Amino acid sequence: MLIKLAGGRLIDPANNVDGVVKDIYIIDGKIVASPGGEKIDKEYDLRGKVVMAGAIDMHTHIGGGKVNIARAMLPEDHRADLVERTKLTRSGCGHAAPSTLTTGYRYAEMGYTACFEPAMLPTNARQAHMEMGDTPMVDKGGYVMLGSDDFYLRMLAAKQDQKAINDYVGWTINGAQALGVKVVNPGGISAFKFNQRKLDIDEEHVHYRVTPRAILKSLTRAVYELGIPHPLHVHASNLGVPGNVETTLETIKAADGLPMHITHIQFHSYGTEGDKKFSSGAARIAEAINQNKNISADVGQIMFGQTVTASGDSMIQFKNAKYGSPKKYVVMDIECDAGCGVVPFRYRDQNFVNALQWAIGLEIFLLVNDPWRIFLTTDHPNGAPFTSYPRLIKLLMDKTFRKEQLAQINPDAAALSTLGSIEREYSLYDIATMTRAAPAKILGLTDRGHLGVGGAADITVYREDADREKMFSAPEYVFKDGELVARNGKIVKVVWGNTHKVKPQFDRGIEKQLKPYFDKYQTLQFENFAISDDEMCECGHGSKTLLHACRKH
Amino acid sequence: MSDNRAFSHVSCPFCGLACDDLALKVDDEKIRATQNACPRGANAFASLDPLPSIKPQVNGVDTSLEKAVQAAAQILHQSVQPLFAGLSTDVAGMRALMQLGDACGATFDHMNSESKLRNLLVLQDSGFVNTTFAEVKNHADLIIFFGTDAVSRFPRFFERLVWNKDSLSGLKTSAREIIYLGEVKNTQAGIAPEGRKPTLIKCTNENLGEVAAAMHALLNGKTLQAEQVGGIKITALNKLLEKISAAKYTVFCWSAADLNFLHAELAIQSLAELIKTINEKTRCAGLPLGGTDADVTANSVHTWQSGFPIRTSFASGKPMFDPTHFSTQRLLDNAEADAMLWVNSFDEKRISPASKIPTIVLGRVGMKPTKDMQVFIPIATPGADHAGHFYRSDKIVALPLRKLRETLLPSVEQVVHAIETSWRGQHAD
Repeated sequence: MLIKLAGGRLIDPANNVDGVVKDIYIIDGKIVASPGGEKIDKEYDLRGKVVMAGAIDMHTHIGGGKVNIARAMLPEDHRADLVERTKLTRSGCGHAAPSTLTTGYRYAEMGYTACFEPAMLPTNARQAHMEMGDTPMVDKGGYVMLGSDDFYLRMLAAKQDQKAINDYVGWTINGAQALGVKVVNPGGISAFKFNQRKLDIDEEHVHYRVTPRAILKSLTRAVYELGIPHPLHVHASNLGVPGNVETTLETIKAADGLPMHITHIQFHSYGTEGDKKFSSGAARIAEAINQNKNISADVGQIMFGQTVTASGDSMIQFKNAKYGSPKKYVVMDIECDAGCGVVPFRYRDQNFVNALQWAIGLEIFLLVNDPWRIFLTTDHPNGAPFTSYPRLIKLLMDKTFRKEQLAQINPDAAALSTLGSIEREYSLYDIATMTRAAPAKILGLTDRGHLGVGGAADITVYREDADREKMFSAPEYVFKDGELVARNGKIVKVVWGNTHKVKPQFDRGIEKQLKPYFDKYQTLQFENFAISDDEMCECGHGSKTLLHACRKH
Repeated sequence: MSDNRAFSHVSCPFCGLACDDLALKVDDEKIRATQNACPRGANAFASLDPLPSIKPQVNGVDTSLEKAVQAAAQILHQSVQPLFAGLSTDVAGMRALMQLGDACGATFDHMNSESKLRNLLVLQDSGFVNTTFAEVKNHADLIIFFGTDAVSRFPRFFERLVWNKDSLSGLKTSAREIIYLGEVKNTQAGIAPEGRKPTLIKCTNENLGEVAAAMHALLNGKTLQAEQVGGIKITALNKLLEKISAAKYTVFCWSAADLNFLHAELAIQSLAELIKTINEKTRCAGLPLGGTDADVTANSVHTWQSGFPIRTSFASGKPMFDPTHFSTQRLLDNAEADAMLWVNSFDEKRISPASKIPTIVLGRVGMKPTKDMQVFIPIATPGADHAGHFYRSDKIVALPLRKLRETLLPSVEQVVHAIETSWRGQHAD
């Protein structure tokens, strides 16, 4: 079937296209060159519309144990946003921790066609894939969590060489069917199990005697040397702690010039100035990102209102539980592998700290010069549910709106922020870069995030609207792999998306260490750890897995 | 096939421990455990021996699978408020049930909901600091059993998680201290390898909530007027708190099924709050035991697909969660369901509750149809007859289940999909 998208204005930063009026042709889910005189089976008149690739959320907690704990914990939040079944779509619920089905529908209705779960525990990877498998409409993938698992910490403590570390990382990615690797509070989740309550970047883990800096160096290098496209995804030490801007700057140094992605950097950009000993470190962080081309970051913007924080960082979440609202939380130590903490949270615009957090996130967005290295996220649902993205886009694109909002927050926080003096407005081209072209590039998804020939036909078509929130809330058309799946913000066809993964090569000799380790210490058999390709099919409604190449350096 | 086949590293879905180190042999489609199975697991696999002829039945008469599926679909078609209960099945079976139940407006309840709710209500009201099996195995130097002996329901608990030889934390596992608090049947398993006996602090399980609350008050530096709580002297509780504060990693282990008294959730909540406060200074975590009859499996899938735990109704077109209103027994007693689909894959003794409403049963080998069942469809067993996934007690690990033998019986997923197809055909009319 030949589909023509006629006369739209293309914004396609991956191909340096900014507002060029051009037709797009689609055959079998792929964008093709103009087929000449061939018969067009279906034509869409897109004159006057803005056409972008489907948006990609590179950091969103959509699947896995902690998300499901958050769901079970929050019936009161769900009851305010129940979703009725239709002839086409299943029932469910939305807001802070939506059901998998609603998650998929709502992402697609907003023009998103891919979402990546950033915190997949090796021992919980099956569940993460099963939940993502039950998330329709969008492509999925996960980053497997390492760095607080005892096997790795023992290797590091025993000063095993980088090659052995690489083999272990490669083995884990393959077994967990992952697209990348994430480290959360390096070593800290494990240290909490030994009753350590903080772990600064150069502080030693009380049992293994290794530091977060050593963990960052070894994992950054492992990911690089295995040729995994996505750099090590780092949730740094000291999340939320005033003064953590220093930790974050040191984290950047620990990359040694190798590629590193720092996630929800807003939560890691706090200074200690002022009467309340809490201030913005955004300028210093933005400067460091601008200077260090090896560094990318997503923001983890907070938006005011009720949400739930779901994190692997058990150490920090236990500490933050007292600030939670409503007052309930779950913290777990998990399988000598990782941990998690789920704390409901209500960000208030009149609360000094929350208001400044909001301003800090926006400052980072606006002070980092290169939209190829800064990504639009709320760390869903930690900063806010992903459904707040259109409003966030408006804050970036419309300085008048931004200043109006700034005037409404806690005045002490507003006074301390430089936000009011920043005149920058993101263009549609910048937004397309940070939500399409750049995430595809940094994840190694060569056929996504662009509108060039050979690309997958994940395409979003917007009606121009000066109100950018309105424009980005309900695109006119959303195509997934060439099929029209949403129209004017409503699902018209249900599809199941693909799963993206990498399979780096490694030396199976590492299993000589792993097998006895599992036999002695683990409660899952070594032989049952790895997720088979057959299981991936069962997990994902028969959706395709797309393998991306690793390039050895 | 009559050749003798051997399998190793097999997961056992017959209790919430879900041991995955079993060795089994299959001869003439009979499954026999050769290594690492507890008596319950071994018996469960043996109980799956193929029967000469088990056919689907409609109104007590043998029929074809196709006819039984049609009859089931017709019951659902005529029903206004169907109840999907039992729900012991694997992930794929539960996914299929959710899809059908959403479409036909069913209410979901699991056969173990009464006990599962005791934990769930605490989760939704105040939460937990919890842990998982490997953490217990490697870190716990003090394990306090709160109204349970663990082994009566989870036979290999001590063998796998307590008296293991090695630990990652440098902990000498044979030196772990075991304390039973409350009522327990079997304390033999708590005897250390070198013969050291566990400590027993007796009270009725009904008193456990008070005991935990008193410990919490003492931990907070409060002076209690009472000299004893639930028959336990305050001095003994203080001594226990001293042990906890001296321990590196205390684990409180309970099984909600053993806390079988009115408002047991309050006792669990008292304990959960005590554990949180202990964590302000030292490490301590809870280990709730469950998962048998796939209650964690069914609940996990239900929660991610609908956003709510089980005891949810889809009758209005939206998920409505109500943990007391939607109990199977209450719905049957009040005639608030007009058809029941009962699914039971693992324990042949868990038969559908007697009722006057049309009942469809998807039952495992060995379950006998009764006159209450309008439709009976024998189903394959996950982990013996087909592959699948089963959640362990600690909710984190979903074990892969294996196909060990050939069978002609369909899986729950297959039957439910077939019922859905037939139902949609009838419903479209």
